[in-house]
Amino acid sequence: MEKDQDKIINDVTSGEYKYGFYSDIETERIGKGLNEDVIRMISGKKNEPDWLLEFRLKAFRFWQTMKMPRWANLKIPPIDYQDIIYYAAPKQKISAAGNGEIDPELKRTFDRLGIPLEEQKYLSGVAVDAVLDSVSVKTTFKETLAELGIVFCSFSEAVKEYPELVKRYMGSVVPYTDNFFASLNSAVFSDGSFCYIPKGVRCPMELSTYFRINSANTGQFERTLLVADDEAYVSYLEGCTAPMRDENQLHAAVVEIIAEKNAEVKYSTVQNWYPGDKNGKGGILNFVTKRGMCRGENSKISWTQVETGSAITWKYPSCILRGDNSTGEFYSVAVTNNYQQADTGSKMTHIGKNTKSTIVSKGIAAGHGQNSYRGLVKVLKNATNARNFSQCDSLLMGNRCGAHTFPYLEVDNQSARVEHEATTSKIGEDQIFYCNQRGISTEDAVGLIVNGYAREVINKLPMEFAVEAQKLLQISLEGSVG
Amino acid sequence: MLIIKDLKAGIEGKAILKGISLEVKPGEIHAIMGPNGSGKSTLASVLVGRELVEVTEGSVTYFGKNLLEMSPEDRSKEGIFLGFQYPIEIPGVSMVNFMKTAVNEHRKHKGLEPLSASDFLKLMREKKELVEIDSKLANRSVNEGYSGGEKKKNEIFQMAMLEPKLAILDETDSGLDIDALRIVANGVNKLRRPDNSTIVITHYQRLLDYIVPDIVHVMYDGRLVKTAGKELALELEEKGYDWIKKEADNKY
Repeated sequence: MEKDQDKIINDVTSGEYKYGFYSDIETERIGKGLNEDVIRMISGKKNEPDWLLEFRLKAFRFWQTMKMPRWANLKIPPIDYQDIIYYAAPKQKISAAGNGEIDPELKRTFDRLGIPLEEQKYLSGVAVDAVLDSVSVKTTFKETLAELGIVFCSFSEAVKEYPELVKRYMGSVVPYTDNFFASLNSAVFSDGSFCYIPKGVRCPMELSTYFRINSANTGQFERTLLVADDEAYVSYLEGCTAPMRDENQLHAAVVEIIAEKNAEVKYSTVQNWYPGDKNGKGGILNFVTKRGMCRGENSKISWTQVETGSAITWKYPSCILRGDNSTGEFYSVAVTNNYQQADTGSKMTHIGKNTKSTIVSKGIAAGHGQNSYRGLVKVLKNATNARNFSQCDSLLMGNRCGAHTFPYLEVDNQSARVEHEATTSKIGEDQIFYCNQRGISTEDAVGLIVNGYAREVINKLPMEFAVEAQKLLQISLEGSVG
Repeated sequence: MLIIKDLKAGIEGKAILKGISLEVKPGEIHAIMGPNGSGKSTLASVLVGRELVEVTEGSVTYFGKNLLEMSPEDRSKEGIFLGFQYPIEIPGVSMVNFMKTAVNEHRKHKGLEPLSASDFLKLMREKKELVEIDSKLANRSVNEGYSGGEKKKNEIFQMAMLEPKLAILDETDSGLDIDALRIVANGVNKLRRPDNSTIVITHYQRLLDYIVPDIVHVMYDGRLVKTAGKELALELEEKGYDWIKKEADNKY
């Protein structure tokens, strides 16, 4: 019986990563290594103002005093920070017409990823910022959005065009001293997306950023900043992929969200960085700091993540609930297959009165995958009537994987109500057989069961992406039943 | 349609089926009765391809094909249906989704287009009425939180949806009260056609009052030790299994 199980697991875990191709795009790269000159060089290439260079340098000096965090339930290979290229940008060929068209090879790359860069071709109602390696190559629907006063552009552009907004908000939620990877990002971040929704505006389309790592030996350090002013609403989606390579590649991003009074921000991620091969070779090391601040009363920030990629994921999208009656949500599905490891969860900090948070985490471990949920619910002294509900479920496939749960609670207000539920289950051979007997193949049965398990989270994604995410879940687990 | 010849099979090296021969013709209802542990469910497992049962000798031919070489899902798509003795719960997967996937896999196998959502729901409605299943069940997860009777009715509902050529009902009557038993049996009878067959595996005569078999077999210690018409079931009800056991023990 054990043998059968192994066989089924092997069958299902043989799924291949579908975005592992490399595009031959002429790229400008700087040399490997990191020091103040490199930071000045990056800043110089982007023609940045002095205040930003200053910010980078402060971050770098601080980072040098820090040590890599070791508390996560992860086996992290040694990372030589001097052996990484910190800036790589595709050299764009300027089109003859001079109408801002982009390099056909770049366009082809994004076409292959299913992200056409022409506005008329993309899913209706979704604006895209496409980032390749260190730079944003194209932002669609910029003009349409500008009519409503919405700013949606690359981070570099925002620094030039809206320096006041960037200055006011950058680092206000994730300071450059926050943690090792956030400090590193603050020193060397290259590009990312910036979005500002003005007072009273509901953004009429989904905004999205698609991150692609293409160059070898390059780290990707993007930075995203989303601001929803009073009464504003925006739904935002982030996607990411990378070529298959034998060596690990570092990705250390920072995302900051600010929601002012009565504002609502939905942030969805479908993370599909290259996970490494079946034997655990290669893959992206994904160390990301994502945090939202509900600054105003009645504001709401909702994180939804589907994490299927990366060799290592270290990520805790969090909410600081400062405004009274503000709400924070975290919905997560994290898959670890083969030798993937994930230590992910959320941190909800209740500061304001009547603040509410929800955490729903669904871990799926297959193969030799290790999946940890780590969460902190913190209720400060003045957070009267704070409420939290956390649910952490783990699904195991086979008997070589692991699921772990590390929930932390710090409650300093007697009126708080905090609930935590956790379950662990296994996809049973008998469940698979039951499906088989009805004519459903093992692969499809796993897809059905996993999607059923993750349904609560998938339902939170914007429609167009929910379908994609379902397929992705099935593909990432292709071959892994038990 | 189904020819079993001298079938021997076991689980983890232990012989359970010790030479079964059986032929099922289109339109027939066979009942396989016998005391606990005689191998009835193991026979059902072999027919649907559960891997934990190992066939050591003999052959099973289904419409001229070697059944033992077919995958479980292909057997299903070729028309073999098992009503499980203990239907499995699949949390999070709605009955609608589950059945839609199954029905469309069967259609694909026959070279048909998948059913549209509205046609599918219409089909579900019809079949639900046929087997008198509560329409709310369809929105729930597969078998999750169903009562014993609901689970068994749900098996017959799935059978109605998939319209098998050969249905094997493994102890479908166990755990049913008399009303549920009648509903389940009525469902099976309504699904009966001249070209499809049923193997009813049961312990008791009770179910056979409602589903009248053409042929009754008694299984004991891995062998079909007696085969006769429906009157055999009544005789067993009256006299129990002991006389058959004695007969068989003398013979083998």
